[in-house]
Amino acid sequence: MAFESLTQKLGNIFKKLRGKGKLSEADVKQAMREVRIALLEADVNFKVVKELISKITERAIGHEVMESLTPAQQVIKIVNEELTLLMGSKQSRIDFSKDITTIMLVGLQGSGKTTTAGKLGKLLSKDGKKPILVAADIYRPAAIKQLQVVGEKLDLPVFTMGQKDPVDISKASLEYARRHNYNTVIIDTAGRLHIDDELMSELSNISKTINPNEILLVVDSMTGQDAVNVAEEFNKRLKLTGLILTKLDGDSRGGAALSVKAVTGCPIKFVGMGEKLDDLEIFHPERMASRILGMGDVLTLIEKATQDFDLKKAKELEQKLKTQSFDLNDFMEQLSQVKKMGSFDQILNMIPGLSPQKLKGVQFDDNELDRVEAIINSMTMEERSNPAIINGSRRKRIAAGSGTAIQDVNRLLKQYDQTRKMIKQFTGIDKSRKKGRQKLPFFGF
Amino acid sequence: MGFFDRLKQGLSKTRESLNEKLDSILKFTKTIDEETFEELEELLISADVGVNTTLELIERLRNKSQKIKNPDELKVILKEEIISLFPKENISLDFPTIMLVVGVNGVGKTTSIGKLANKYKNQGKKIILAAGDTFRAAAIDQLEIWGQNVGVDVIKHQEGADPASVLFDALQAGKARKADMIICDTAGRLHTKKNLMEELKKLYRVCQKEYPEANITSLMVLDATTGQNALIQAKMFKEAVDFSGIILTKLDGTAKGGIAIAIASELGIPVWYIGIGEGINDLQEFNHQDFVEAIFA
Ligand SMILES: Nc1nc2c(ncn2[C@@H]2O[C@H](COP(=O)(O)OP(=O)(O)O)[C@@H](O)[C@H]2O)c(=O)[nH]1
Ligand SMILES: Nc1nc2c(ncn2[C@@H]2O[C@H](COP(=O)(O)OP(=O)(O)O)[C@@H](O)[C@H]2O)c(=O)[nH]1
Ligand SMILES: [Mg+2]
Ligand SMILES: [Mg+2]
Repeated sequence: MAFESLTQKLGNIFKKLRGKGKLSEADVKQAMREVRIALLEADVNFKVVKELISKITERAIGHEVMESLTPAQQVIKIVNEELTLLMGSKQSRIDFSKDITTIMLVGLQGSGKTTTAGKLGKLLSKDGKKPILVAADIYRPAAIKQLQVVGEKLDLPVFTMGQKDPVDISKASLEYARRHNYNTVIIDTAGRLHIDDELMSELSNISKTINPNEILLVVDSMTGQDAVNVAEEFNKRLKLTGLILTKLDGDSRGGAALSVKAVTGCPIKFVGMGEKLDDLEIFHPERMASRILGMGDVLTLIEKATQDFDLKKAKELEQKLKTQSFDLNDFMEQLSQVKKMGSFDQILNMIPGLSPQKLKGVQFDDNELDRVEAIINSMTMEERSNPAIINGSRRKRIAAGSGTAIQDVNRLLKQYDQTRKMIKQFTGIDKSRKKGRQKLPFFGF
Repeated sequence: MGFFDRLKQGLSKTRESLNEKLDSILKFTKTIDEETFEELEELLISADVGVNTTLELIERLRNKSQKIKNPDELKVILKEEIISLFPKENISLDFPTIMLVVGVNGVGKTTSIGKLANKYKNQGKKIILAAGDTFRAAAIDQLEIWGQNVGVDVIKHQEGADPASVLFDALQAGKARKADMIICDTAGRLHTKKNLMEELKKLYRVCQKEYPEANITSLMVLDATTGQNALIQAKMFKEAVDFSGIILTKLDGTAKGGIAIAIASELGIPVWYIGIGEGINDLQEFNHQDFVEAIFA
């Protein structure tokens, strides 16, 4: 399926761009065709895509390729910057300017409002607020019960009045909060279609009556092209103050985030990362941008790489790779560099073009890094620089010396081999390679 | 009201219907050129048909464009091409049947089960519901209320119970009470959650083992608002429980549900039912011809 190969596809185009000093119009146009497809497959609204592409093209053509990046990375960087910009450049918080903060959660059916009400209550109570949850969904079967169960789990009070008018419920909940010294009121409203005039009026009546600090639209991150219509209409009727994106724990690219942001101009304040009641996080625009592109946290990685890596060592390594003399000493050097950057899993996840399949057999946990170090330390210099000579009896000796099992040694050698192959792939080292300009994508690992 | 009218009514709530857009594209088009194709491409993309399937459709139109004399004909051919993407088979149920209703979170599984129970009860079938979502808060209560409204039995355990044991009990009850259909609700789960997908496979195995005489018919519920992620959802759920058809819900909104076309085309999976509201009668059998007609009518 095209979807799965998205990362690889982008990687491939950008590979073609590699090895040139300036981005030509033709290069950029070709890459943009693929970026367009990538954005559409990520469910970014087609109108938003159109605008974005023309902006990015303009910026990218003729762009000098920075010394530290390949042209491919340069283009990714521009695309990513534009996406991040569109997504809102900074995180924004809840407005706590009044003595009682009222928050209305609104949205389509099933988007995650009730669950998010609970999560938000928990988050804010951890911040020292005293929240109550208000059951204003009087339509969906057992919706009130659902909120009550959620409240019970969190030890948060739930205000209900049964199937009364949601406008009255909301109003009464404020009085209740005031009387009982709660300072945050989170109103869980019923899901509704943006074209349901009657129910949309109900929301605007609640809003007019209680004048909330926040009206947050809860949007399912798997939503397609229609997200703009929904967001636009909710915003028109209610003047939204922000967005919450749910179900981001799946593998949807989440292009809806861009679409709703673009049409409402409202900041995305939180993201839902799971069904559990503490799975609510602050929104990070730059993370979302690379997710939409399917690029992992490539920029974070580039940044980390330039920050944490010893540049001289990296140059040496690059040289080694070019001459293809990458041995176990270098492998260990790489590992210790990697350790400086964070956990192995994190880093692997940040590398674009590395599909989980590709990673099979190369995955190791952080404890393993220590084991690997011990193993390599038990090798002779000759073995390290020429791993091919490590035969059965040498393996036995190394295992004994490092206090590991033969299988561990075998696995390490296999991993080394795969790493070498992978780095070769990444850097595109092959006979036809032009010299010069070649840079390690992420200094390998 | 017949299917066609209901669907049309549902779809016509769209402020700017696909048809209006299509007409406005074609009105100014005297000749069919690149721009026409580009605009048609955009139109299909905006309906969530997806890049692959859209490009495939446009390619087919392009290949026939020599023979197409005017934009009206183009419209007819586009409709035909879309219809041809759907598998031909229709709903087929052999009783007694065990229906496993699966899908990601919040798509409308429980609601659709209520509607299905109502539909088949009205056809004289004996139905038992299994409250297999033991995870989400008050999911059991929600199904129970549907059971009461429809007037069918609901087999349930406590929240947090093992769904397989709920299903086991429901199967025994189904056998004992000679039910025609045992419809099993399941907790919403993202297809990326390995352990939860394993849990579904286990439910499937329980059905095979405990009631081999019955037919297992799994259905995946898909929210029509969903974008391209639905393709991988369908693929993963197909792998887990080999579902036969899709229930495409929330078509009463402005989303076109074009992703169902992509799923039909790329995975060969048909839509069986559509949901066009939250009410007990808001479920219709899907007819691909009517569906495409209603979009473009
Ligand atoms: N995986 C996942 N599921 C979520 C998330 N937020 C909500 N859900 C699930 O989505 C479904 C619908 O949520 P609910 O709160 O009932 O939505 P509402 O109809 O908008 O109130 C439930 O199964 C929730 O558990 C999330 O961030 N991740
Ligand atoms: N407008 C509309 N809403 C629907 C439809 N089907 C389900 N819903 C609503 O979607 C929400 C989630 O439905 P539910 O059955 O609880 O989803 P589940 O989590 O998959 O079991 C509820 O508010 C339902 O009323 C439909 O066809 N149209
Ligand atoms: Mg709710
Ligand atoms: Mg349910």
